[in-house]
Amino acid sequence: MKIIIIGCGKVGRTIAEQLDGEGHNITVVDKNPRTVNRLTEHLDIMGVEGDGASRSVLFEAGVENADLVIAVADADELNLYICLLAHCSGAKNTIARVRNPVYHKNITESQSMRKAIGLSLMINPEKIAALEMSRLIRFPSAIEVDSFARGNVELYTLRLAGDHFLVGKKIADIGLLKGDVFKGESRICLVERDDEIIIPGGNFVFAPGDKVSFICTPSKASRIFKKFNKSAPAKAKNVLIIGGSRTAYYLADILIESNINVKIIEKLPERCAELSDLLPEANIIRGDALNEELLDSEGIDKMDAIVTLMHLDEENIMLSLYARQKSDAKCITKIERIVFDNIVDTMPLDSVIRPRELTAESIVRYVRAVKNSEGSNVESLYKLVDGRAEALEFKINSKDSPVVGKQLKTLKFKNNLQIACITRKGKAIIPKGEDTIEPDDLVIVVTTHKGLQKIDDILD
Amino acid sequence: MNSNLVRYVLGWVLIIIGAMLILPIIVAVIYHENDYIYFGIIAVACLTIGLISSKIKPKNTQMYVREGYLSCALTWVLLSVIGCLPFFISRQIPSFTDALFESVSGFTTTGASILGVDRQIEDLSHSMLFWRSFTNWAGGMGILVFMLAVISQLSGHSNMYLMKAESPGPVVSKLNPKLKDTAAVLYGMYGGLTILQFLLLALGGMPVFDAITLSFSTAGTGGFSIKNASVMAYEGHFYWQAVITVFMFLFAVNFSVYYLILTKKIRQAFKLEELRWYFVIFISAIALITIDLTINGFYSNVFERIHHTAFQVSTYISSTGFASADFDTWPELSKTILMTVALIGACAGSTGGGLKVSRAIILVKSTARDLRKMLHPNSVYTVKMDGKAVKEDVVSSINTYLILYVFIMVISVLVLSLDEKMDFATDFTAVIATFNNMGPGLAKVGPTQSYYDYSILSKYVLIFDMLAGRLEILPVLMLFNKSCWKNK
Repeated sequence: MKIIIIGCGKVGRTIAEQLDGEGHNITVVDKNPRTVNRLTEHLDIMGVEGDGASRSVLFEAGVENADLVIAVADADELNLYICLLAHCSGAKNTIARVRNPVYHKNITESQSMRKAIGLSLMINPEKIAALEMSRLIRFPSAIEVDSFARGNVELYTLRLAGDHFLVGKKIADIGLLKGDVFKGESRICLVERDDEIIIPGGNFVFAPGDKVSFICTPSKASRIFKKFNKSAPAKAKNVLIIGGSRTAYYLADILIESNINVKIIEKLPERCAELSDLLPEANIIRGDALNEELLDSEGIDKMDAIVTLMHLDEENIMLSLYARQKSDAKCITKIERIVFDNIVDTMPLDSVIRPRELTAESIVRYVRAVKNSEGSNVESLYKLVDGRAEALEFKINSKDSPVVGKQLKTLKFKNNLQIACITRKGKAIIPKGEDTIEPDDLVIVVTTHKGLQKIDDILD
Repeated sequence: MNSNLVRYVLGWVLIIIGAMLILPIIVAVIYHENDYIYFGIIAVACLTIGLISSKIKPKNTQMYVREGYLSCALTWVLLSVIGCLPFFISRQIPSFTDALFESVSGFTTTGASILGVDRQIEDLSHSMLFWRSFTNWAGGMGILVFMLAVISQLSGHSNMYLMKAESPGPVVSKLNPKLKDTAAVLYGMYGGLTILQFLLLALGGMPVFDAITLSFSTAGTGGFSIKNASVMAYEGHFYWQAVITVFMFLFAVNFSVYYLILTKKIRQAFKLEELRWYFVIFISAIALITIDLTINGFYSNVFERIHHTAFQVSTYISSTGFASADFDTWPELSKTILMTVALIGACAGSTGGGLKVSRAIILVKSTARDLRKMLHPNSVYTVKMDGKAVKEDVVSSINTYLILYVFIMVISVLVLSLDEKMDFATDFTAVIATFNNMGPGLAKVGPTQSYYDYSILSKYVLIFDMLAGRLEILPVLMLFNKSCWKNK
């Protein structure tokens, strides 16, 4: 597909990297020649330097033949304007990053307006981040939760403590353990050990500190979680949000809806008033969160989950480290800007949310879906462990594929690849060797290989 | 430097060279010549080593600037050496230096020859003549560009450095987001124009072999002819010479112009400042020389005067190096104008040589800016091209380029002057003609003469000049940069 990305910030950059790797024809546009150069030198893409809101610049980038224009510049208005311009200049699809909830509401509610701008997708990074956080809070002992197959199955990641009952055991032996944890309803798809990503086979032995990801349906999740992690509570009841940002509002809104008590600490009195107006059921505390006494007096040690949403990444990190010291609560740290992923990973931070990466990921997922309508049959793609592994959903369209109708144990798959789940008629099946893939199934494949395009690619 | 990666790239280059060598074998078979043995041996050797080397993929395939420059320079050294072997092994050019000179002159699209005085060009076999002209064609658009177009193993993003190192012009940009597509489009247009020229020549009654070889030499703006007398041998065939004139002119135009025309952006194409100046230089050079020739009473009628002037200006501005007339006998002003257009040269992104029109424009503009700055020290003024500001680092890199250009020219003339047999005019124009990849100079290296009489040292200096001129100096200088060879 011919894709134009306007704005080469972190999000634009991440999208360009990802989409270039998938073989799309990318042109990036930015006012700053240096950022454009940096990207074009490292990726096989074209760069146009100039104002994306200018018609001539868009034409130079080839907007008239573009399949997709992604506007991820700084301002909402600019992004919407660019999409309008691109739509009028012949671009087939447009995506805008829009932060302001008012704009969001306007455009979502008015079909005619959406049509006029020709917008295919609006991305709200704060909302995406809030959704992701709420998923984590539902299962506090998970480090990450990803949802697949339209929410039919979820992938949970958690870290094994040194004394966990699985440590030293083989995967093949799990079924023999007393009260079988998985009962064939779940499967371990991915293990991250130190710097290594492992798609484990039957002979894999668990070690302390492993980050283990398993897949199952949400309804079975809490039972499995209880077995898996006996000490932690299955569901959060009290959540503390530090920092009253827009993300905090979205998150609180979602949590309150599922009957969770929310406490928000915010420094600015005006914002406190706004929040209490918007969220009458939340407990809004005015005060500077960078103050141990305040945090202690607000019962940081009694919380089930703590989310740090301050403006500065450094403050979030400090607050989370403090919270981890004071309580066993689930901690979620928002990191916006800091790029030293390896260093952040070594800190005992529990879960880290990077809104920009989430934004990029949801755009890439959309591109895959568009592309799917013209050939490749990847329904959606999820980046796992910082993009080092992928979970792909394949829709099985034809009977002719070499994988269809054969028992899985007879097929020779690529290394580092696992069929995690098959969804048939809305029902999730954790496949065993005897199971088969049938037409119309939705197959979820977890792998460290990049750029699989069709289901046949899973074979060696 | 990642020497393993350079080795890998060179492996692919060898495969391409091996494949190229199959063409003269076919010619040899058609003309029942025994030369296919020489081409065959070399082709098999190249393919074997190339296939082995390209099978072993380096661990780190990330290419950086230094690997790009080094691979490019080494590719051209390899190309030159292998390209000279058929001449040398077959003893059709018995001296290795001469064979290398001929091969470098071919690939760099210079067209300067050591043949013509002691040995006649016509003495070579058909397959050797074909190979000689084909080197012009292969060197014109560049071997690495061809490689990027056809070999998908090298389609990675970082190979843009390879293309940048090989393609002429101050700024090399893509026509298409994907490097492979860009390279393929360039070769498509190149091949298309070559075929068009061949058809026009062949339909105009030119013998097929002559038409093929001349089209190859014109397309690469090389200038190797299969006749000793260059295009003068086609005396009286005005149509053939006119076709060559037009195509020499066309191949010296920036290929992005053709891309814009192909993508139906014709208005935008003709708005390009470089193209406009190229026209202006071309037309005014023709006008001045025609007037000069008229005053001095050359040729009997106006048509002939304009015809020969247009041919000579075309050949010089595009750095092709054909000759339809012995312009060495022309008046001094005309000769100087020819040398001047040769120095300015063709458009960037074409197959022609020289300083390039766009560099000249930016140099003039930035000099004007600096002069203005002397009067108004606080004025801020950006150099603009096509209505867009030219980046300051591009301006300064062009200044550096000019300094290196003059410096290498001066040193080369100095070394050449050691040769007592030659005079200053010969040495000076020989350096200009080789460094700008043009071909014939004036006086003893004029269109009816050859480079045969130069000493071995001088020939190696000229070989260096040709390579430096084709690769636009920097990649070749990298070969002599110690830190570039260090393994990090």
